[in-house]
Amino acid sequence: MRKTVNTSSRITILLTGIAATLFSLWYGQNNGLLPVAASEDASQVDGIFSLMMTVATGLFLLIQGALLFSAIKFRRRKGDETDGPPIAGNVPLEIAWTAIPTVMVLLISVYSFDVYNTMGGLDREASQDPGPQKVSYRSGQHPGSELLAFDPGQKYLALGVGASPQQKEEPEEPLPVEVNGIQYAWIFTYPDTGVVSGELHLPVGRQIDLKITAGDVLHAFWLPEFRLKQDAVPGRETQLRFEPNRVGEYSVVCAELCGAYHGVMKTTLHVQTPEEYEHWSQEQQIAQADKLENSVAATPNSRSASEFLAPYAERMGVESQTLEQLKASPTASASN
Amino acid sequence: MQGTTTDEYQTNSPQEVEAAAEHEEHEDYRMFGVVLFLIAESFIFLGMFVAFVIYRSVVPVWPPEGTPELELLLPGINTIILVSSSFVMHRGQSAIKNNDTSGLRVWFAITAVMGAIFLAGQLYEYSNLEFGLTTNLFTSSFFVLTGFHGLHVTVGLLLIFFVLIRSQQPGHYSSESYFGVEASELYWHFVDVVWVILFGLVYLL
Amino acid sequence: MTTQTEVSTGAQPPEPEVEKQRTWRDYFTFNTDHKVIGIQYLVTSFIFYLIGGALAGVMRTELATPNPNFVQPEFYNRLFTMHGTIMIFLWIIPAGAGFANYLIPLMIGAKDMAFPRLNAVAFWIIPIGGLLLLGSFFVGAPQAGWTSYPPLSLLTGKAGEELWILSVLLLGTSSILGAINFVTTIWKMRVPSMGWNDMPLLCWSMLATSGLILIGTPVLAAAMILLSFDLIVGTTFFNPTGGGDPIVYQHMFWFYSHPAVYIMILPFFGIISEVLPVHARKPIFAYRAIAYSNLAISFLGLLVWAHHMFTSGTPGWLRMFFMATTMLIAVPTGIKVFSWCATLWGGKISLNSSMLFGMGFISAFLIGGLSGVMVASVPFDIHVHDTYFIVAHLHYVLFGGSVLGLFAGIYHWFPKMTGHMLNETWGRIHFALTFIGLNLTFLPMHELGLLGMNRRIALYDAEFQLLNLVCTAGSYLLAVSTIPFLVNAIWSWIRGRQASGNPWKALTLEWQTSSPPAIENFDEEPVLWSGPYDYGIDVLSADSEESVEELLSEVQADVR
Repeated sequence: MRKTVNTSSRITILLTGIAATLFSLWYGQNNGLLPVAASEDASQVDGIFSLMMTVATGLFLLIQGALLFSAIKFRRRKGDETDGPPIAGNVPLEIAWTAIPTVMVLLISVYSFDVYNTMGGLDREASQDPGPQKVSYRSGQHPGSELLAFDPGQKYLALGVGASPQQKEEPEEPLPVEVNGIQYAWIFTYPDTGVVSGELHLPVGRQIDLKITAGDVLHAFWLPEFRLKQDAVPGRETQLRFEPNRVGEYSVVCAELCGAYHGVMKTTLHVQTPEEYEHWSQEQQIAQADKLENSVAATPNSRSASEFLAPYAERMGVESQTLEQLKASPTASASN
Repeated sequence: MQGTTTDEYQTNSPQEVEAAAEHEEHEDYRMFGVVLFLIAESFIFLGMFVAFVIYRSVVPVWPPEGTPELELLLPGINTIILVSSSFVMHRGQSAIKNNDTSGLRVWFAITAVMGAIFLAGQLYEYSNLEFGLTTNLFTSSFFVLTGFHGLHVTVGLLLIFFVLIRSQQPGHYSSESYFGVEASELYWHFVDVVWVILFGLVYLL
Repeated sequence: MTTQTEVSTGAQPPEPEVEKQRTWRDYFTFNTDHKVIGIQYLVTSFIFYLIGGALAGVMRTELATPNPNFVQPEFYNRLFTMHGTIMIFLWIIPAGAGFANYLIPLMIGAKDMAFPRLNAVAFWIIPIGGLLLLGSFFVGAPQAGWTSYPPLSLLTGKAGEELWILSVLLLGTSSILGAINFVTTIWKMRVPSMGWNDMPLLCWSMLATSGLILIGTPVLAAAMILLSFDLIVGTTFFNPTGGGDPIVYQHMFWFYSHPAVYIMILPFFGIISEVLPVHARKPIFAYRAIAYSNLAISFLGLLVWAHHMFTSGTPGWLRMFFMATTMLIAVPTGIKVFSWCATLWGGKISLNSSMLFGMGFISAFLIGGLSGVMVASVPFDIHVHDTYFIVAHLHYVLFGGSVLGLFAGIYHWFPKMTGHMLNETWGRIHFALTFIGLNLTFLPMHELGLLGMNRRIALYDAEFQLLNLVCTAGSYLLAVSTIPFLVNAIWSWIRGRQASGNPWKALTLEWQTSSPPAIENFDEEPVLWSGPYDYGIDVLSADSEESVEELLSEVQADVR
């Protein structure tokens, strides 16, 4: 077919191709589909998206263009009862459209691999599955009556995104935060200070190390502006490590179906300047010391889920009924 | 017409199809179907075995603390009985290939007895265990795997009885037509192989 | 079942030689004719499509506003659980089986399937499983999503969840029995002159589909059995409170449920490969590449399941492995899309309803395929996993792909199945409504997901409302789009224009018999006088002056 195309149509095809390529390149960079990126890792992920969007736009224009062109140009004219040309294949063409996509997806794979590695996804500590660690111990025939807590002395390998190769070099210790997902709230514990909070406050420009687990069912900890997500699995510890580089308020969303009020299971991530963060941390410590006799014991494990939820319930739109259910729910209480 | 082989299959009346199924005067697609079915069946077991192996490898203490040791003698004998029953059963098929219906009956009857002994042994083992279905992950796996296999042995036994009853009809099975014999035998071998793997995984590993 | 057998025994005198006509009653009995069963499958699954669609309509109405003010969140969870299960297990999978049942024996010149009674059993399991599933609404329908991940599925109502499990087990069994039948029939019962590479492409895709069913579905059954034990007896295979591991369930579930995606799309790849050459009057481009890419998809399809678990308990190296296999599967899929376009290119395309749906299929499936490659990339998938981006992706594949392909098939084979032509005008209206509705409903969901809207929620942030309103409007359009189809189908079935044996001048064997085909398909054994897609070649032999060169120059003229 190709050899029969004459010069003028060849030029038209060439120009259309160039226009489509330019448009794809432009749209890949300027689609504006993603929310702001609040960390370096997030920008990296956006880079992959840009590349994929460029390729996808090109293919989209090619195929849709071919379809539209065929529908107009090759439509059967009235009274024409003959068949089209008996072309049953074209080996070079077939090789081309097997080989080019193969190379393309390999490129995307390698790029993704590289970004994932930079993010810390292949950190040895984070990329191994230790299996269900919080193995509960059951005495007699009563299911789920006792749970062994984590052994604090033991260091576990977690799933998720860990330290990136460069971050490992850095001397600064990351700020650890323990995240516990329960129906339908996130509870953040700062082991350094004993602060417990329903909202996540983080200082900008410092590495953060989230250790995530769940108290009842599966949840997923999602930070859309950081392009990070990790399931919270009861009985397993998972990890997310990242470095916010942009002050602001971002959403924290549960992305794994966890029950009827899955939709309200979200909170706010405040990325603050180090001073503001320090200030907030101090305030919390004082407030919690007032409330509880022993601030050191203020870990989520010592309080039931419903107690924790109560202060946040109103703001998050959780009905009091739900809280009551939570109290009654055996798993929620058993795991806390 | 495409020849007599497939004609029996294409009738619309259930009786005729049944008749065709009984008299097997056609090229036999049914063994092909049975093999496909067993492939599918083996993947159910495979799924369960893989789950078992995963539990074994990821749970820190396996079997979980407090699980009593499994006794090996009775299941060992049971294994030997079940495996040898496969050979006994094969003699039944050899017999029918020589048009020896009474031979078929004898060998299949012996197989059935051996299968029944296996099941009885299994039940005896169950009744003497110190743990229950929900004691822990290992015991749950143990009961579900052996129970699911036992269910298959039971089905195999029913198939053998079915063949035995059918073989009372003179000329039902012959050297020309022995689908029921062949199919139930293949099924029995399958159940047998599954048991050997199961025994290795659950009792020995 | 036994009573049904008896009824049909009474209704049918066992004399196949007498010229018989199907009566409408046959379609309500335990009939073993593959054509009856095929239509039973199609009609039954279409009814479930309407039910599943109605559920989706309620969901979209709820999502028109950010607050849960139309249905309770709990009920909303029941709705999407049932919507997913019905659309997958009771609409797309059985509808594909329906086409295959009807067409495969005809296409390979057989009189029926290899195991007709088994075939009827496989069909009758479907309505039983479907009613069981719908019955769960009376005891509290399941609300853990169609994935039914424990521990949530163990905590949200035993009765409904168990009914769901039983129904999935039944429907899986039906699917396995069907697969055994398809493989045996295709493998063993082709007319003697039909070699592997003379088979219509639907046969190839059903072979690949059946392979996946035989390997994947049993593993799902194993997962369902274990989940049942956890639910009813209190074992803890998947329950972390007893030391079990919910991730094991996810592996077992997706080992079936990712191949299930191919089980749902491959039959329609086959249908599109049949429809396009006929209405473009051109041979299918690269027959072998399309045929073998089915097998490649089927093989790779078994090695990609954990890409549904990139954010779950999957270690990093495993994520990389599954990313690579998932990326690779785009290659055979791409080969198909390119080949279909090349089939259209230079043809003489009749833009009838069937062709419109066929081209709509390529167009929409392309979007689903491209977003599919995107979500294969682990870093990007971590962002969009379990968001509306995924909802958009899967609907472009399953609605834009499977369902448009299904309608292309219905418009193509309706004359063969019923002996009546469908009304073209209404068909085109149906296409326009469906295609616009589809894009209106699902295109904005991509952006919703990227911005941060998670899926499976009854209530969402007010900032997402505008796009959600567009989606809801689109879904209403989709609901409306079924009306012209229903009216058209029912009216045409009763009094549509009579169809000749071969209204499309197609070359595959099913068009060599009358419309609808005789009860035993062919009055005499069909002769394979050309390949399935040898369009344009008979013209050559008819007017021998015209050479290939001249034909090519004609195309050139068209291009210019």
